Amino acid sequence: MQHQTKSNREGILSAIRRALAVPAPRPGHHEGEAKTQQEPKFHSTLPIMGQEPVSSWLPPVGASWDDWRDLFAANSVDLKTEFIVCADEADLNAHLKRLAEQNGWKKVALHHGELTDKAQAALGLETMWVDKGYDPHELEKCDAGLTQCDALVAQTGSVVMSNPSAGGRVLSVLPPHHVVLARRDQLLPDLPTAFELMQSKYGDNYPSLMGFITGPSRTGDIERILVLGAHGPKKLTVLVV
Amino acid sequence: MAIAPETLKEEALEPRSAPPGSGAAHDDNFHNPPEKPSAQFHHDADVITRDLRHRALIQSALGKYGLARASKQSKFQDWQAARQAAGDVKWEALGRLDSHLRDFADKIEARGAKVFWASHGDEARDYVVQVIKDAGAKRIIKSKTMTGEEIHLNAALEKEGFEVAESDLGEYIVQLREEAPYHFVFPAMHLSRGEISDLFKEKLGTESTDDPERLTMIAREVMREKYIAADVGISGANFAISETGTISITENEGNARLTIGLPKIHIAIFGIEKVLPKMSDLALFLPMLATAGAGQALTGYNTLISGPRQPGEIDGPEELHIVLLDNGRTNLLADPEQRDALHCIRCGACLNVCPIFKNVGGHTYGTTYQGPIGSVITPHLRELQTWKHLSSASSLCGACTETCPVKIDIAHHLLQNRRNAVKEKSVWWEKLAMQGFAFFMNQPKLYRLALKVAPLAQAFHPLIKGRKIDPMYVWTKDRDFPKVARQSFREFWSKRQK
Ligand code: SF4
Repeated sequence: MQHQTKSNREGILSAIRRALAVPAPRPGHHEGEAKTQQEPKFHSTLPIMGQEPVSSWLPPVGASWDDWRDLFAANSVDLKTEFIVCADEADLNAHLKRLAEQNGWKKVALHHGELTDKAQAALGLETMWVDKGYDPHELEKCDAGLTQCDALVAQTGSVVMSNPSAGGRVLSVLPPHHVVLARRDQLLPDLPTAFELMQSKYGDNYPSLMGFITGPSRTGDIERILVLGAHGPKKLTVLVV
Repeated sequence: MAIAPETLKEEALEPRSAPPGSGAAHDDNFHNPPEKPSAQFHHDADVITRDLRHRALIQSALGKYGLARASKQSKFQDWQAARQAAGDVKWEALGRLDSHLRDFADKIEARGAKVFWASHGDEARDYVVQVIKDAGAKRIIKSKTMTGEEIHLNAALEKEGFEVAESDLGEYIVQLREEAPYHFVFPAMHLSRGEISDLFKEKLGTESTDDPERLTMIAREVMREKYIAADVGISGANFAISETGTISITENEGNARLTIGLPKIHIAIFGIEKVLPKMSDLALFLPMLATAGAGQALTGYNTLISGPRQPGEIDGPEELHIVLLDNGRTNLLADPEQRDALHCIRCGACLNVCPIFKNVGGHTYGTTYQGPIGSVITPHLRELQTWKHLSSASSLCGACTETCPVKIDIAHHLLQNRRNAVKEKSVWWEKLAMQGFAFFMNQPKLYRLALKVAPLAQAFHPLIKGRKIDPMYVWTKDRDFPKVARQSFREFWSKRQK
């Protein structure tokens, strides 16, 4: 592929270097004499990885799993996510069956995984597996997409997913109902811990897509009135077992 | 602008910034001569400020925003410390922008993406067009990109005969109306559901409805087919992580997820200032963007893209093109005093709290980036003398500075722009007037005399008040002039002392 327009990497980089010749005052230090000379050197980018400050500025999350569960539940109410903590796998299956019945599922889409395989067996509905490639038209017609995830974040009520953990990029957004299946120990307290997990899980080899899903698809573009299901799922159900 | 109040009530007066249906907002030359941007601003401001319907819509929309934001911000344990930290991280990122950008580009290229560095908008446009042509593609789906607006990407793509669909609901609405976004976060905030219903009826042949949900579903149905049929997905990016070669895209509707999930080619276009040093910085920036931008704990979808589809992955685009755009940003970078205006994460909060924005509305600015931050950066990105009037579109109340999640002192920069404009090219009559004023204020006798004469002169004021021959016309055309006191404070005080 031959492009006529030329990328101006060196030109832009040298323009940036020239522009940066004079240092800028730190935020909040614009008044009066420039303090840049005396400012202490800035250390790294801040201890964000769950150690200190960042978690201590963000909304509080509590210390125990029960606190996190309650917080996730409270956030879910706010977000209109359906959040269910199941007693055991039998309970999970019962909930899945209830969901299928209530929502009139005829066909569901899934990817292979420990929890999704079990769910498929329990549901016994017509199934579309996406693992070996799929036709988007067919996926669009499925009543629900069932996926696993990387983690749940109590602080924001978010589901952390990625290409490998949730059956690719599209399964979690194209069907009208997204159902997330998660283990109890996947519930994390806050965002810093979630990033820490992704880093330790994937190291330098990040999946091409990682995502935070916070509630069902939504928009406020018409008079700032909340409407669910703008382009993605109208419903989001999170089942923890 | 010489408009008598009576004529303003007539329907005939329309704002000029983006006449619906003219497609003018997408035209590069629209805001340039024949009409000067400052004249257009004053004219449109005059019209919109009196438009009660506009006022009611904006008040109600921003009222909802204000409540949501206050409730989410109050959940933070220490919002002020978080702001300072966010500002510091951006300061650090921009202070070493060259090495961060190099790292970012090298990392994401190692994962199979192509990075194109564009100094100007036309280079970026040409590149995007070329990629699409090379792929033999026709249909394009876009999720929101303000950088795309900045370089008039849609117009360029449509000129080539491509079919372009904006998938974000607000963007889709303004695309159908052929006008520019009203607000860079809430593009269709200036429209009522009735207007949107009429628009859909006219363009899509749908039934009238006043139900926002029904209207949203109409757009959903239209778009679903387009995602699947599209050959190319174009998105922006909110952050670019140099540590890992990752871009982060924030959205609520899921439209960006579909735009970058289904088509075979993904093109992401954004400004060079979007860099953050580390992926973990997002743990701070994502919730702050969501809280300041729309009063959410976290935006619906935050998606981190590190390359096109990788080996072993189920889906994703085969090609990922990153377009890094300078387009004047290095000019702003070169000004150490104002460099931090590039820290902006485009949350839109400064627009939402700005009394000028609330009164004159987004289109009046005639810029890609509206409101206080737009007024700060536009003169740098375009040209100072033509856009300096925007620095006066401020009451200097400081609400923008107060609200900014990355602690940009926006009000300070507005003043700085005024100073720079005068330093660069002073206006002779302003200079003369200021010299006259200085002379006058240095002559106590003259001053006291003027105080004596003023009440007498004011007695004759009604004869010319509110007419164009009135030297106070700019003020008195819509307002009363305060009555000059018969007795000065000085006189009052010296009498009292006796
Ligand atoms: S200047 Fe600050 S408040 Fe305004 S949009 Fe940018 S980040 Fe938000």
